[in-house]
Amino acid sequence: MTDVRSARDIRDAVASGARSATEVCGEYLERIDALNPQLNAFNTVCGERALGSAAEVDRRRAAGEPLGPLAGVPVALKDNLCIRGVRTTASSKILDQFVPPYDATAVARLEAAGAIVVGKTNCDEFAMGSSNENSAYGAVTNPWATDRTPGGSSGGSAASVAAEMVPLALGSDTGGSIRQPASFCGVVGLKPTYGRVSRYGLLAFASSLDQIGPVTRTAYDAALALSVCAGPDPADATTASEPVPDFTAALSGSVAGLRIGVPRAFISSGVDGEVLAAVEAALDTLRGAGATLVDIDLPNARYAIPAYYLVCTAEASSNLARYDGVRYGYRATLAPASTLQEMYDRTRDEGFGTEVKRRIVLGTYVLSAGYYDAYYLKAQQVRTLLRRDYEEAFEQVDVVAMPTSPTPAFRLGEKTDDPLRMYLTDVFTVSANLVGLPAISVPCGFTSGRLPVGLQLMGRMFDEATLLRVGDAYERLTDWMTHTPPLKADPE
Amino acid sequence: MPALTIEEVERIAALARIELTSDEKTLFARQLAEILTYAEQLQQLDTSGVPATTQVHPQLQAEREDRPTPSLAVRDAIANAPDSDSDAGLFAVPRVIG
Repeated sequence: MTDVRSARDIRDAVASGARSATEVCGEYLERIDALNPQLNAFNTVCGERALGSAAEVDRRRAAGEPLGPLAGVPVALKDNLCIRGVRTTASSKILDQFVPPYDATAVARLEAAGAIVVGKTNCDEFAMGSSNENSAYGAVTNPWATDRTPGGSSGGSAASVAAEMVPLALGSDTGGSIRQPASFCGVVGLKPTYGRVSRYGLLAFASSLDQIGPVTRTAYDAALALSVCAGPDPADATTASEPVPDFTAALSGSVAGLRIGVPRAFISSGVDGEVLAAVEAALDTLRGAGATLVDIDLPNARYAIPAYYLVCTAEASSNLARYDGVRYGYRATLAPASTLQEMYDRTRDEGFGTEVKRRIVLGTYVLSAGYYDAYYLKAQQVRTLLRRDYEEAFEQVDVVAMPTSPTPAFRLGEKTDDPLRMYLTDVFTVSANLVGLPAISVPCGFTSGRLPVGLQLMGRMFDEATLLRVGDAYERLTDWMTHTPPLKADPE
Repeated sequence: MPALTIEEVERIAALARIELTSDEKTLFARQLAEILTYAEQLQQLDTSGVPATTQVHPQLQAEREDRPTPSLAVRDAIANAPDSDSDAGLFAVPRVIG
């Protein structure tokens, strides 16, 4: 579309004066307008606000004031991230008209770094889903094949970056919701270590698992965005005090001496042949560049999905209790003599979509008297076993590699009638959330049907730097990021 | 294998303050039973003596000084309410006491 395509390119062009932020912003807004009718990636576009922010960046430059590391970079926010004054729905009817009175910390930090928020991206309702089909505003389509899902729940964020409607988007990842759509859409998605990025202003789904992270076209841009968003925040007591490095400084281009663990038994069955072949080829490429492949065992990894769906639904049932029709959001229309209890019951039935209700009911069940020990407590113990698996693995290796998803993007409607089948698509991503580890998905090829495949790399706690270094080094050895989806931006 | 009756789904939905339709109750009874059956495999694992992981970051410092800081203005706090008394700064709900 333009001569500048990554966040880094745009930042450099704006900083040098080669492009104005206003001009760049206008071009991206035009592209969003042209492509959104076919992709449905955005719930809300805030063009006027964006152009105002861009004009401010241009004014600062003209006045010789310092510019931030994302000056003039258009960004999209998953619609579960609060931004003051812009409608934020979580793709739920229950928040259809919600306008936050405050900014999420990650969003405030992006804007302070000069980023230009252009809109809010579609997602599964309250981030619950793996296909973006659980949205009150309709599914997002995959830019590579419009009869397929972009993945979920951050489907709009991944599709918008893949379609170059923005160079950078934020998503949230509770069980793979950044990485799986990044994989399905052929872009980079990073779930930081739990506690790395403040969750303040993220509409909570499962608080011990949720983490905000970037979706980008390059590992460099992910490093840039993480450096801006990360760090302690008094408004989120679960943010970690670990120092935040300049993650871009870690991108040496080298993987010499790197030890990559491959859980052979875990990935030996249930993985699409073309996905596995692309991942194996990527591992060969890294080996050719000086990395060593080490077979590792993750004996409890196969229990991650059941443990995850018990923990996340339990936490969701508690977190979503706040949507009661009192302080914000939808309230059911009631007969004059209705009681408060009826108001709650009807509001929540009418306001929530089917998957959200299913998860609230399941979560309430596993926390209820008589079932707590067998389900919830058991799942939390399995989390400990999983953590021990990874602790052992990371004694031998620096990163753990596997496919991000067992399949490429599946067809719209293919799994919507079978929640359990949908849940199983998260088999490789949920462990990082249960254990808290950072994980990245980078594009590693295509199937014969031209569907993107993602390579997932998981790292030690707070070692995003190594993941980004490997991702960046792999990009330099391949040309996947130069492939673009077959979209027609101009109306026929 | 856990089987869920419609009555159980109703009991749980009442705890969760959601009035499900009868179609939803039937659907959820079947689907939740399938999911719980799948989750039964966790019982194969011996977890005796294994501590629960309730949060993943061992060095979290959740304590801070107890000092007042600015918070939302009342008008901002009630701006999104479906029903409110903005002069008094109150959320309005259906009558609770008769």
